[in-house]
Amino acid sequence: MTAVRLREITVRYERILALERMDLTLDRGQALGIVGPNGSGKSTLLKTIAGLVTPESGILEVFGVLPNALEPGTIAYVPQVEAVDWSFPADVYDVVAMGRFPRMGLLARFPKRDRAAVDRALDALRLGDLRHRHISQLSGGQQQRAFVARAIAQDPRLLLLDEPTTGVDAATEEALRELVRGLVAQGLPVLMTTHDLDRAVDWFDRLMVLDRRVLAIGDPGEVLASGAYAAIREHAHTHGHAR
Amino acid sequence: MIDALLAPFQFAFMQRAFVAALIVGTLCSVIGTYVVLRKLSFIGDGLAHASFAGIVVAYLRGFDYYIGAAIVAVLTALGIGYVNRRGLVSLDTAIGVLFTAAFALGVFLMSRLPNYSVDLQSFLFGNILAVSRGDLELILTLALAVCVCLTLLYRPLLYTSFDPVVAQASGIRAGFIEYALLVLLALTIIISLEAVGIVLVAALLVTPPAAAYQLTRRFTRMIVLSGCIGATCGVVGLYASYYLHAASGATIVLLATLVFFTAMGYRILILNRQRG
Repeated sequence: MTAVRLREITVRYERILALERMDLTLDRGQALGIVGPNGSGKSTLLKTIAGLVTPESGILEVFGVLPNALEPGTIAYVPQVEAVDWSFPADVYDVVAMGRFPRMGLLARFPKRDRAAVDRALDALRLGDLRHRHISQLSGGQQQRAFVARAIAQDPRLLLLDEPTTGVDAATEEALRELVRGLVAQGLPVLMTTHDLDRAVDWFDRLMVLDRRVLAIGDPGEVLASGAYAAIREHAHTHGHAR
Repeated sequence: MIDALLAPFQFAFMQRAFVAALIVGTLCSVIGTYVVLRKLSFIGDGLAHASFAGIVVAYLRGFDYYIGAAIVAVLTALGIGYVNRRGLVSLDTAIGVLFTAAFALGVFLMSRLPNYSVDLQSFLFGNILAVSRGDLELILTLALAVCVCLTLLYRPLLYTSFDPVVAQASGIRAGFIEYALLVLLALTIIISLEAVGIVLVAALLVTPPAAAYQLTRRFTRMIVLSGCIGATCGVVGLYASYYLHAASGATIVLLATLVFFTAMGYRILILNRQRG
């Protein structure tokens, strides 16, 4: 079953072209990795699928409809940099619990089922001991884990992760990888950007090299062997990236 | 002794004033929690000043001041949201443009009147002792409506206050929630105008939540504590103003300010020492 479908999607910020006539299909139970140089449109792609950025042209379908027409709670998005106010009055539990809000009724109390989902997400990201810690007192890696936990607690049908492994230690990255692989095995489609090519084979079913459009896509091992990513890196290095 | 303490309560107008102070103090402080956390402190001031145009228009047309003020405040609130989203300017700039425009319109219209007879001072500084039975019923009805909306929107408001981008990606209508908050804010300010006036209503929106923020790092506690501080300041401030022969709105605001600095001092001295 197709989770995400893009046909000839073009996205522009004011005059800057971010994505150009881009095609993509993501099926359920598949983890797709996205690599590309800075400014290649990786984050824009995730934001477009999440419905945060409106494409200039092209067809975008998430489970057959536009992102904004989806049931609340369908998409969970973890941005690269959380631009939140760290002095906001909330502890780790409060943040993770927000993941349950989109699907909850307006008047419902916080029922057992929702509390159980929050507890599971906290455990999955080894945040159990930190649940009552204020968010300003977390390390960078712990903050990242809290926001991934919020996305997991949401019980989404599509997970979008923007460089979740940047700045986290090896143990956290491995725990995160196992968690994501487990969810994918249960049928969750996952789109994730990364800089880490070494682990791409372990993380993803398919790997995509992006530079405003798809330069290569397929089995991670084959894409890496093809040198498509090395080529644009070289290009960016010798010619600069402005166009 | 007891007679002396209960003296303010023997007059019907004082009883109404106490009820109004309690409602206004609580409601402003509760919705003000979102104002403080979303860094919209400027907006209370803005909407209050904007409503002045509505008061003048209502005077010219001969209908209720509340309705005129409410229409202009709600329109300004929606306009602020629109300019912020479409005008490529930050929210505080959008507020700055629109509220001064509405206030200027009020002054413009008033200045063209040959003999203006509205008691301007009572709008600028409020006159809680003049709250009539009809006023109180209107205050109660609107306050109840705002409370119901705030309760229904509690979770979306909290999520979008903390992380609007991710909230929207997860399917919460962040834009609608922001408009809803601005409209509820406009109604809250209208309710409060007669009690504390255009100039001082912003303080009731900001000072009690800011005081509560000194004392807790949890949202639920902050909003409850803020409501309690606002209610207490409203009632105690009015009570004190009776004995001090002072303006009630100003006394209420000064008391809230005192609570804020006390809470801040407490946090600096006690809480920080505990953390070492």
